[in-house]
Amino acid sequence: MKIGVLALQGGFAEHSRALDTLGIPNFEIRKATDLNKGPDGLIIPGGESTVMGRLLHETGLFFPLKKMIDTGLPVFGTCAGMILLARQITHKPKPYFGSMDISVRRNAFGRQMGSFHTTGDFLEIGKVPMTFIRAPIIEMEGPDVQILASVDGNKVAARSKNMLVTAFHPELTEDLQVLQYFLAKVV
Amino acid sequence: MNDRYELNKNLAQMLKGGVIMDVTTPDQAKIAEDAGACAVMALERIPADIRAAGGVSRMSDPGMIKRIQEAVTIPVMAKVRIGHIVEAQILQAIEIDFIDESEVLSPADDVFHIDKSTFDVPFVCGAKDLGEALRRIGEGASMIRTKGEPGTGDIIQAVRHMRLINQQIRNIQNIRSDELFEAAKTLQVPYELIRLVFEQGKLPVVNFAAGGIATPADAALMMQLGAEGVFVGSGIFKSGNPAKRAQAIVKAVTNFDDPDLLAHVSEGLGDAMVGINEQEIRLLMAERGA
Repeated sequence: MKIGVLALQGGFAEHSRALDTLGIPNFEIRKATDLNKGPDGLIIPGGESTVMGRLLHETGLFFPLKKMIDTGLPVFGTCAGMILLARQITHKPKPYFGSMDISVRRNAFGRQMGSFHTTGDFLEIGKVPMTFIRAPIIEMEGPDVQILASVDGNKVAARSKNMLVTAFHPELTEDLQVLQYFLAKVV
Repeated sequence: MNDRYELNKNLAQMLKGGVIMDVTTPDQAKIAEDAGACAVMALERIPADIRAAGGVSRMSDPGMIKRIQEAVTIPVMAKVRIGHIVEAQILQAIEIDFIDESEVLSPADDVFHIDKSTFDVPFVCGAKDLGEALRRIGEGASMIRTKGEPGTGDIIQAVRHMRLINQQIRNIQNIRSDELFEAAKTLQVPYELIRLVFEQGKLPVVNFAAGGIATPADAALMMQLGAEGVFVGSGIFKSGNPAKRAQAIVKAVTNFDDPDLLAHVSEGLGDAMVGINEQEIRLLMAERGA
């Protein structure tokens, strides 16, 4: 098994490091030819969704990746990764991949002063440390989507078919449980 | 360290691999965001114009910064004068995402920098060498950038600062652990921070390049020298075609080690900013603060 980490911008090195800790082979995806390495799973990291959305198109990665996701490639999106996968983004006319039947609100906790760290319950895992950085939330989800975690009534993690998303950043903590969940249950 | 400082270093981590662009109006901020900026630096005058105008240069009008905050969804940064505690308090009051305690503005204090650990918002500070970088981190900076020489379009100082910081980090890694105390004394930095550099082989916060970046090649050069992202100040909106140049620099930072792509994005960008060589300038902003 080898995992591709989308490495256009943001916290991709942290995901690679977490995969290294678990001894999972992984590689960076920066351009279309990197997809030839045949990932068994994909991680879309945190960062700025506007930057990644633009670079996905400019690098020619968008359509091949969308096809792979829509035909079942296991994918784990954190923060900006969740926004890129969402079918609908509040105050934005068009989604990016639009593959997951969720509606998300960007910067739902405000600017950096609203960023916070907490510990919350994650379905099937239990307590998980959660770091939210200018984070989004899930406002609505379709019938096929299972909500895995909520914080103060805000939905912050979900799963649907081959897709797992979190509004928080497991890769910024030393806790590997959510990554292990992705590798065991989704990939 | 407390939660707040961790969260602030975490925000810097999310900016990695990105380009932070100086903007002076909401329209420029939109152009920067659409071109793929991961954050914008809101200021009344870009460094080249500050340099040309002379006189005392201060924090920008908070009203103007707010209009830029309303225009974009990406993080908004703004500058305060070195040591100007109250300018920083004002920017925190308007919930800026990042404060740059910057040598581009006229220093308010020629001895003390701001005690950044007393603030909730993150700070980025400039550094020419490892000692300066660790002193700023000791004061609570969540992110470091090279000072470079702002507003010149001349990359030489950013290159010099990035090379020096990384050489000094490699030197620290190569000494014996019982020699770290002396290294801390020589560099005039806290022992705990020099210990972290010894153990991790990098600064304990994200390190960007800044000062004099004018082309996609400049940006890629800084990435190859070890920068984790770049600030582009005057280089974009002092050039012939800002949107196109901004997009090209964003792509160059992501694929900084792909010469074919760099060749492609460097084509037909129009005029770069004219620039000024370091020997020709009277005011070395990088000498402000140490």
